[in-house]
Amino acid sequence: MFGTYLYRELSNRRKQTTIIAAGMALAIALVMIVSGVAAGVRDAQASVLASIYGVGTDITVTQEPVQPAEGEQGQQQPRFQFGANDGATADGTTELSQSRLTSGAGSTTFDADALTTAVGLDNVAAATATLTLNNVSFTGEIPTRDAASAQGTEAGVEPGSGQAAPGGPDGAGGSSFSVETFTVTGIDVVGESIGPLTSVELVDGRAFETSDADSTVVILDAGYAATSSLSVGDTLEVGGEEFEIIGTVTSTSSEATTASNTYIPLNTAQRVSGLDGQISTVYVQAGSSTEIASVQASLQNALPDASVKTQEDLASSVSGSLSTASDLVGKLGTWLSVVVLAAAFLISVLLTTSGVARRTREFGTLKAIGWSNGAVVRQVAGESLVQGAIGGVGGVVVGLLGTLAINLAAPVLSASATATAVSGPGAGGGPGGGRFGDATTAVAATTDIALQIPVTLGIIGIAVALAVLGGLIAGAFGGWRAAKLRPAEALRSVN
Amino acid sequence: MYELTNLTKTYETKRGTVSALNNVSLSIPTGQMVAIQGPTGGGKSTLLQMLGALERPTSGTVALSENLLSGMPDARLADIRARTIGFVFQGFNLIPTLTAQENVETALAPLGLSRTERRRRATEALDTVGLSERLAHHPAELSGGQQQRVAIARALVKEPSVLLADEPTGNLDEQTRDEIMDLLEGLWRDQGLTLIIVTHDSAVAKRAERRLHLKHGAVSEKKEHGTARRNTAQR
Ligand SMILES: Nc1ncnc2c1ncn2[C@@H]1O[C@H](COP(=O)(O)OP(=O)(O)OP(=O)(O)O)[C@@H](O)[C@H]1O
Ligand SMILES: [Mg+2]
Repeated sequence: MFGTYLYRELSNRRKQTTIIAAGMALAIALVMIVSGVAAGVRDAQASVLASIYGVGTDITVTQEPVQPAEGEQGQQQPRFQFGANDGATADGTTELSQSRLTSGAGSTTFDADALTTAVGLDNVAAATATLTLNNVSFTGEIPTRDAASAQGTEAGVEPGSGQAAPGGPDGAGGSSFSVETFTVTGIDVVGESIGPLTSVELVDGRAFETSDADSTVVILDAGYAATSSLSVGDTLEVGGEEFEIIGTVTSTSSEATTASNTYIPLNTAQRVSGLDGQISTVYVQAGSSTEIASVQASLQNALPDASVKTQEDLASSVSGSLSTASDLVGKLGTWLSVVVLAAAFLISVLLTTSGVARRTREFGTLKAIGWSNGAVVRQVAGESLVQGAIGGVGGVVVGLLGTLAINLAAPVLSASATATAVSGPGAGGGPGGGRFGDATTAVAATTDIALQIPVTLGIIGIAVALAVLGGLIAGAFGGWRAAKLRPAEALRSVN
Repeated sequence: MYELTNLTKTYETKRGTVSALNNVSLSIPTGQMVAIQGPTGGGKSTLLQMLGALERPTSGTVALSENLLSGMPDARLADIRARTIGFVFQGFNLIPTLTAQENVETALAPLGLSRTERRRRATEALDTVGLSERLAHHPAELSGGQQQRVAIARALVKEPSVLLADEPTGNLDEQTRDEIMDLLEGLWRDQGLTLIIVTHDSAVAKRAERRLHLKHGAVSEKKEHGTARRNTAQR
């Protein structure tokens, strides 16, 4: 009887069933998509962090930059200075070219002793250091006659400006300059278990060997190599020296680019940049995950001037559209899900209780002819539960379709993680962080990553559980009302 | 069948206490056909609720055979309703989404019968009331008289010892009323039921063996004899 009656009610009161189930389905689908996007964004953040800091890094140590004092030039601004007779001259045009390797604006280097200190601490399983640099190369053509214009070649001048004199690249006294910049990471050539190169794999050529420690060899990010039309065996000018390209690497997390455009041996990096014995980041791995906090504390204690951050701290330093998405999902998405879910629950509770009120005489009659309270309550709750379950199934289907649609569209999010964890004014770094001439931008690794929503049984399970919960809540309210009905209601006059 | 002693029922309302039944004492022997008449608000439906184990009296006692209804917990009352009391209502009170057969089956649901047994007995009961052609019809597809027949089948399918009817013909035209009354009287005569009918209609009341009058919650007997008779062979 229970089954027949339930089926008849739901199929004959299709409008009510549809409204309740559709409301529930909408809410469930939304919850699925929001929690799916949240998981996708979390995965993206994890792979961005892995691509920047490598796999296995628990803590990074950097130094807060000191703000330049009033009137003082920021120390990191590269200057290009050309003598009167520099450059190759032909047809009234002088070609000038220079490349500089400096630590990026806003980034601070510190003494490599910090690494020794870190390695010596208890519960530190491994530690390695890198030196993050910016290579800025300047190439320009100027009219030979106007030697004084070399003054104008200071950083930040847009190409194309010039003087109205004969000669120059346009043959009318004009000048043309171009400035190119790429990131360079100096890295320990002894294969460490942590550090930026643990999350990359070799595409072409070879990795660093111990014998590379002082040589001028470079490994390129495969993406950067492709856009710059460079390949293994070619040479690349870094800080005015010719480097041989020995390999190209790509991020192991398929969607992300690697942390740096180029990688060179740490010793070489220190020599070419003139930053002897300097490093910019120490990567530390704790003995176990439970020891991270204590290692962080003892590191901070041993290196009072340093900024000691755990992966958790770093996750919050990821900026760009990825972090916007993360915020959006975290705040708006959760809010929206809660509101829609509450509305769906409310609708099903209201429709269920008003349904019971409408059917007062029906339930009174059933009680009058001998149905127990339990049987009537079971009938009402059963109807709500099945309505919730229909909504749940519909919601899972809609949610999966929505997830599929997002995965097919695969929106690309960009993430900038300030690799040196800069804080204070001028920190943050947007997309394209570390752009030459922008003193307020910290050196940042920018990574593009396509959002992929994982479909897990957990999410589907939660969705179904929510639908059942909604059905239970509505059923509880409806059942409670039905239980209160007196059998004498059966005798209430029809009008 | 029924023993009512000093039965009083009052309702607490916002505008004070309403006395629906006032110190009613009454005995109804097994197998009797009783009509209850009286002005509106006289307490007829309230009395029927007491007899039908739907409500407990404010004071006094109601005994159905050896069961003292006035002192029983709800679950026991539901069980007595399921097994021994059949109800017929003025508004038929069929479940609109269920077919005629399924409506009749609802009365068997509390008895724990198998599905096939329920089906068989429901079909049989509908056959008895002359609706074997309408098993799969929904209430909306049936006339008022037919709906009341389904309701009577629902009341009788459990083979109760008492059939209580509150204005069973109140919503029917005269011809249908007579048909329904013929049906009820026939069932009463053939099945040894105790039949208690609340009615405004003298034509209905006239058939009963015994006529009670309820006014202001007090009961009185009418001395006229009804037309309905059991076969002496069956007595
Ligand atoms: N649930 C209730 N709450 C309050 N008062 C009630 C309730 N049920 C009945 N009454 C009152 O009890 C009195 C008797 O009502 P009852 O329904 O028994 O009358 P009735 O004889 O069946 O009338 P009718 O012929 O109109 O059906 C009336 O005054 C009525 O207002
Ligand atoms: Mg009445």
